[in-house]
Amino acid sequence: MTCEEAEVLVHALIDGELDAGHAREVEAHIEGCAHCAALMKEYQEIRQAIAESDVSYKAPLELRRKIEKALPQQQAAPSRRSVLRGFAMGSAVSAMAATGLIAIVLRNDDEQRIENEVVSAHLRSLQAGHLIDVVSTDQHTVKPWFNGKLDVSPPVIDLTAQGFTLIGGRLDYVNAREIGAVVYKRRQHVINLFVAQTANTERKPAKVSTLQGFNIRRWSDRGLNYWAVSDLGADELTEFGDKFESAMRANKEG
Amino acid sequence: MVVKASQDDPEKARRFREAALPYLDDAYTLARYLLRDAADAEDAVQECYLRAYKHFDSYRGPAMKPWLFAILRNVCRAEYARRKTAPTAVEELPEGGDQTPMWNEAPETPEKQMLRRFDGDTVRKLVAALAEPFRETFVLREIQNLSYREIADVAAVPVGTVMSRLARARAMLRSAWLAEQEQAK
Ligand SMILES: [Zn+2]
Repeated sequence: MTCEEAEVLVHALIDGELDAGHAREVEAHIEGCAHCAALMKEYQEIRQAIAESDVSYKAPLELRRKIEKALPQQQAAPSRRSVLRGFAMGSAVSAMAATGLIAIVLRNDDEQRIENEVVSAHLRSLQAGHLIDVVSTDQHTVKPWFNGKLDVSPPVIDLTAQGFTLIGGRLDYVNAREIGAVVYKRRQHVINLFVAQTANTERKPAKVSTLQGFNIRRWSDRGLNYWAVSDLGADELTEFGDKFESAMRANKEG
Repeated sequence: MVVKASQDDPEKARRFREAALPYLDDAYTLARYLLRDAADAEDAVQECYLRAYKHFDSYRGPAMKPWLFAILRNVCRAEYARRKTAPTAVEELPEGGDQTPMWNEAPETPEKQMLRRFDGDTVRKLVAALAEPFRETFVLREIQNLSYREIADVAAVPVGTVMSRLARARAMLRSAWLAEQEQAK
């Protein structure tokens, strides 16, 4: 094999696209050719450098919103009306209705679909550079960052002392709506806590489920739906949710 | 952008959302590299998703990502054509540009020391500076992780062409990388 041939085929070798026979031929050339061996090493280094640097882009939220708007919506008008009825009845929520807030209503058959979307959002966030819009370990920085970006800002609680480090916040898109995600880390594991408003103020106890290898702890409290998603084990994710809920209760009482 | 009433099928929309929206960032990334302009990329991706939704009924595979990319690529090519006729046209290589001897023959002697690492912005700039069609092939391989077969399908060229384009793209990027490294000294 000539260097000229090797210089083309080495790329297919790096990419794992060569059949065994050709791979052996290229490898044999490289063993005996310092020039091609050094070139291959450089190409691998460049490849590695690109894989490790943040070279992709994140689609602007506005673009996501425009595309969503063009697709037929699943949340039909009747459910929107029932939201308003809900607002009119509950005293706590009627204040929210007065400020023109729109709530997310979950029908039971929607839950599975939304859990799917939440896991997709979690996966998206794990791509390089997509995890956090506001980087901060300070709840007093993350919380105000959401203000004005969402109808209702998610509660942001520092759980560092409890073993879950707050690392920032992000706007995401779930169930055809913008939604806040508060991001925590335990060791190298990311936890996305998605928070969406709901018309239902009834407290729903936590439910843990598994989807595509991720654990989801879902609960509702005081007009907010929560989904904590992570590759952490169910026990640790449950611990996270428990710590979060007790911190919320402490905040309310304090 | 409004979808016609005949398209107004919530079940279809739900399936489409689940299948296609997870690739929105990938599509936007590809469009940014192909068009090198944020606003044009946004328009192209929006148009791509609209077309994809229209044709979603007939979608039987391949994998969703290359299918979307093939549509996006066509949208972007229409944009190239528009720019060429516009007074401020961005110069792109004409079709068959592969044959232009811009690959300076055998690459220079490999460096003795390790290649320098650059920050994301610098790497993006180096990749964006690659000429077409090498940039497209390179981005589909290195940033989007498509297989040669998938790249061939997206770009509508034989696999052999993908291989030679990729070899030249990497050789050009390597030269640019070394030049940048020299400059940064
Ligand atoms: Zn050689």
